[in-house]
Amino acid sequence: MQPVGLNVYLMIAGILFVCGVVCMATKRNAIGVLMGVELVLNGANLNFVAFARYTKLGLDGQVISLFVIVLAAAEAAIALAIALNFYNNHLTIDVDRADELHG
Amino acid sequence: MSEILKHGPLVVFGATAVGGAIAVVLTQNVVRMAFWLILSLGAMAGLFFSLNADFVGTAQLLIYVGGTLVLLIFGVMLTASGPFVSIKSSAGDLVKSGVAGGLLLTLILITACQVHWESTPAYDEVGVMSAGYNATADGNTTRPLGHAFLGARPDKDLGRPPTDHLSPGYLLPFEIVSVHLLVVLVGAAYLARAKKRKA
Repeated sequence: MQPVGLNVYLMIAGILFVCGVVCMATKRNAIGVLMGVELVLNGANLNFVAFARYTKLGLDGQVISLFVIVLAAAEAAIALAIALNFYNNHLTIDVDRADELHG
Repeated sequence: MSEILKHGPLVVFGATAVGGAIAVVLTQNVVRMAFWLILSLGAMAGLFFSLNADFVGTAQLLIYVGGTLVLLIFGVMLTASGPFVSIKSSAGDLVKSGVAGGLLLTLILITACQVHWESTPAYDEVGVMSAGYNATADGNTTRPLGHAFLGARPDKDLGRPPTDHLSPGYLLPFEIVSVHLLVVLVGAAYLARAKKRKA
């Protein structure tokens, strides 16, 4: 495959990042908010790998992206455990109903 | 047209990743959101392959598409009973977030495209595998990545004039992240276990 410029990857990553942020902000389902987080992390990951490919920085970007993938897996596991607990206690998954700590 | 054909796989993967992400935002049904997210993340693995990152692409497929999304779908199955499959947001919220997201997207795209990356000193068209013993740009990154996780960097240090310092490796972050993953999974199992309700 012919190499294309760095800008293509940066634009794809930017679109994914913005989609994730909008998803986190608008979804009222807690699982939907989690999916937004995954999109944001993937956009950042694409940036790391693209800069590792198109600069002299070498493999460091790929190493960091592997760390991000592992931490995203850990985050998804713990967040889903919290979501399940929340569902068991409130019988809903709507994040707007989680307002017990509201002053 | 020939440009598009020359970059055919990249166009397909990029369009799938972007389209899947937009569909995740626009869909209200959480099961369909999970499907579009699988499509988007799988196409992202293809983009990683096109960037000579074969190990990262494989890890993306194995861990994200095979692990994290299965977790998410279990979450959907365990919580999506009847009315909670699709919780509608109000129209005002959607308009406001659409405007804010569009502004943020414009800002990011303008900022990324304003920089002339080709003229920056660190830019290298040949790319990630241009140094060290693994000179072919065939995406063979597994062995250098393993060395980097063990703290040695032959991909950077071989072929350089002998200096008194070596390139940094990633042994300590690797250990920290592995213990972190273990603790998090034990904690998740503890949190999610079925409790006996005090009647």
